[in-house]
Amino acid sequence: LQSTSYRHIASAQSSMQKHHTIWKKNRQNMSSEKQETAAVRVLGRWPSPFVIRVLIVLGLKGVDHELVEEAVGNKSELLLASNPVHKMIPVLLHHGRPISESLIIVQYVDEAWASHAPALLPSDPYARAAERFWAHYVDDKFPTAIRVLRGRLDGDKDEAAAQVCAALQRLEVAFVECGQGKDYFGGDNVGYLDIALGSHLGWVRAVERIAEIRLLDAAKVPKLAAWADRFCAHPAVADAMPDVDRFVEFSLKNDGALKAASANSK
Amino acid sequence: MTEPVKLIGAFGSPFVHRAEVALRLKGVAYELITEDLFNKSELLLRHNPVHHRVPVLLHGDKAICESLVILEYIDEAFDGQPLLPTDPGERAEARFWAKFFAEKCLMSVWLALWTEGETQKVLMKDAKEHLAIVETQLKEKRFFGGVAIGLADIAGASVLSHWAGVLQEVAGITIMSDDEYPAIRRWMEDYNADEVVTECLPDRDQLVSHFTSIRGKCVAAAKSMLPNYLATK
Repeated sequence: LQSTSYRHIASAQSSMQKHHTIWKKNRQNMSSEKQETAAVRVLGRWPSPFVIRVLIVLGLKGVDHELVEEAVGNKSELLLASNPVHKMIPVLLHHGRPISESLIIVQYVDEAWASHAPALLPSDPYARAAERFWAHYVDDKFPTAIRVLRGRLDGDKDEAAAQVCAALQRLEVAFVECGQGKDYFGGDNVGYLDIALGSHLGWVRAVERIAEIRLLDAAKVPKLAAWADRFCAHPAVADAMPDVDRFVEFSLKNDGALKAASANSK
Repeated sequence: MTEPVKLIGAFGSPFVHRAEVALRLKGVAYELITEDLFNKSELLLRHNPVHHRVPVLLHGDKAICESLVILEYIDEAFDGQPLLPTDPGERAEARFWAKFFAEKCLMSVWLALWTEGETQKVLMKDAKEHLAIVETQLKEKRFFGGVAIGLADIAGASVLSHWAGVLQEVAGITIMSDDEYPAIRRWMEDYNADEVVTECLPDRDQLVSHFTSIRGKCVAAAKSMLPNYLATK
């Protein structure tokens, strides 16, 4: 691991005073043995596409890490201390220094392990801007719609499905522009936008089964459908994102209560 | 040979102001194209087909949309004062606060202004919580960017320093009273003291009449933004 992280963290000009204090406390609490094995920890839970993003990027970069599972509906002291503003997963702890917000974590890992291939963002500023634009678009269009389709959030399911389909149509075009006709949005290798969109695939496919709809339709978005298979088969992704059966199983167990509750209240 | 830089903007948009500040901090000459947002030009629709929104940065034949994406593009495409630090952890922090401003703090303040009743009470509470978080941060640093204006400062101070006062006046609601948030006030003064900022700030009186004339549209816009804000709380 880079010693630069120590130098920057020790720097008196650290502007993250609150997080710096937490980081210092964590380091003091950890034995020197533990420091080595738990140098990179992820606070999260597997069904979250945002957590999956972090696990994918760490896998791609070959960074050893420990997943600290957060219990559903019971936020740990460590989470609350590491992300006091949002109190949400995922949080990356790098030698105890917390980094929050999944896409920010992805960029952080890319930059902190820049010596590890592949680079997740292209070097050209315009190409980088394009991937950032579309990643922001993905998080605008997918998460809420998927929650509606799972039955976790009240809303019009037809509208939610239409929103996802329309977004996929746009991304079908973006796929060619960004990837220049190659295997991934990132070209030859999985990149930032692949991770941003790809991390939602578990739930997209699960919701297709649960809500009995077609979202990633090979007839309508052939390139994305092929990309989706390719992405999910990538070793770093397969490790981080379980098979769609597990997502469906999780939904039946956990979203079922909400569906029943909303059905009873009608 | 340098490619020409144009910025498609509109009077009264703090998001356009963000892009202007960044370009000026870098010393980049640009042509400002002013849109009538109620009669959008073919140029805007062509260069921002997804959102039809300003700002859009045109650099040669490239079009970049979304103000925070534009800020990072400006930082990477042009030399001059860096808008982001070099350390990955500090960069993550700057991006965190820029996102916090864009999606939480400025959003709750905006929504609190144009809603009513119980909804407004919830949003006011959120806005005050968000402002308190910003206040704590600014007790310990001059700018989020350190000694100089950076990405998070441009994201946040652009709106809070000039627009917040105007919007509170037009809406007839106080969210940040004069004796509250001393650290935020100090930060806004430091931000406004930079002549690069004042060069591209619209006239306050004109802003007041502008927002007064589109008050109804602000209320409608807030209504359409509310569900997504509440869903992602």
